[in-house]
Amino acid sequence: MPSGKEIRTKISSFQNTRKITKAMEMVAASKMRKAQDRMRAARPYSEKIRRLAANLSAATLADYRHPFLAKNQPAGDAGKPKRVGLILVTTDKGLCGGLNTNVLRQVVNSMRQWETDGAAEIRVTAIGNKGFGFMQRLGAKVVSEVTHLGDTPHLEKLIGPVKVMIDAVQNGELDVIYLAYTRFINTMKQEPVIEQLLPLTGERLGTHQGHWDYLYEPEASVVIDDLLIRYVEALIYQSVAENMASEQSARMVAMKAATDNAGNVIKELQLAYNKARQASITKEISEIVGGAAAIAG
Amino acid sequence: MAMTIHVDVVSAEESIFSGLAEFVVLPGEVGELGILPGHMPLMTRIKPGAVRLKLQGQAQEELIFVAGGLLEVQPGLVTVLADTAIRGKDLDQAKALEAKKMAEEAMAHQASKLDYARAQAELAEAMAQLAAIERLRKVKHH
Repeated sequence: MPSGKEIRTKISSFQNTRKITKAMEMVAASKMRKAQDRMRAARPYSEKIRRLAANLSAATLADYRHPFLAKNQPAGDAGKPKRVGLILVTTDKGLCGGLNTNVLRQVVNSMRQWETDGAAEIRVTAIGNKGFGFMQRLGAKVVSEVTHLGDTPHLEKLIGPVKVMIDAVQNGELDVIYLAYTRFINTMKQEPVIEQLLPLTGERLGTHQGHWDYLYEPEASVVIDDLLIRYVEALIYQSVAENMASEQSARMVAMKAATDNAGNVIKELQLAYNKARQASITKEISEIVGGAAAIAG
Repeated sequence: MAMTIHVDVVSAEESIFSGLAEFVVLPGEVGELGILPGHMPLMTRIKPGAVRLKLQGQAQEELIFVAGGLLEVQPGLVTVLADTAIRGKDLDQAKALEAKKMAEEAMAHQASKLDYARAQAELAEAMAQLAAIERLRKVKHH
């Protein structure tokens, strides 16, 4: 049985751990609120640009076809993409439960599927440290990366890495781009998703009402190019913002669990400590009584 | 009461302005644009500069600075999709090259074949840890 002093040291070390996890829980809770606000703040832009892109795809595609909208998958192979791009959004830091593990597991499964379906090439853009490190260990072809985004995602930081992928599509080097991230459902629930980003699918754009065309300045193709690139960037920005909200929620929950666990361990140790103390007192008393009896006798 | 037009100025990171205006002036790529209610549908790029809004019942004009972006005009609606950073072909290209270079440097030494087995082992380990923690928690509660 460990001595009273040993248990006391253990208890105080667990108490320190609990203090830290409790602090992390509270920090994550306050960051989570901000991350959720940012996620919502990004929605009007995505919504507007989505509507615009829908208008455009209906209004102008007769005379101008864009690689983002075209069904440029090689015919004959039943739409199985040959060259796949993947934009992987993960967190920079750990201690957020199974968040990254879940999305990475899905990604590995999908990549396997693509390979068995005959994909000759898979290129990866990693957003976030965890995914980047993982892809490196996996040996995937990472063509661009951005890490250390901090607590506030800035579109400016995403432009470069995303452009590498977008350019590859425009040059015809990639057939399809997928986007993998963790969707924020609510504080307790986040869900890993992998969705097709490019070519843009009809369901993403929605349906178009009314019939008119715009005046374009300087000319249609230039404006549409710009719009679609911004649309893709907005979608990625939105996913990064959602991923951050998911990260903070998952961290808050994980740290709460850790705090509770530390509390349980402390309770048990306290019990063991009390028992050990009581045992030693009982022992001493019986020794004294025994000694006294020996003298009296 | 003067005719008004609904104006939205949004950037990818936040909504900057939303409301009614009588007259809007924007720095279009091919020249300053003045937009009144009932303007015909137009889509254009805008340069970095100030968007000036003449609001209803206010003598003072509202000024919003944008780092470029796109403008959509419909008869009753003006939407400015503002950029959060100054954009340009060269600037974007430089950013792309930087991101590429960083990845290439980090990827310099690594195996060429996809190592799925190792990745799955790694993930399985992490999942097992999480499952164990979850079980421990459940046991504690009983």
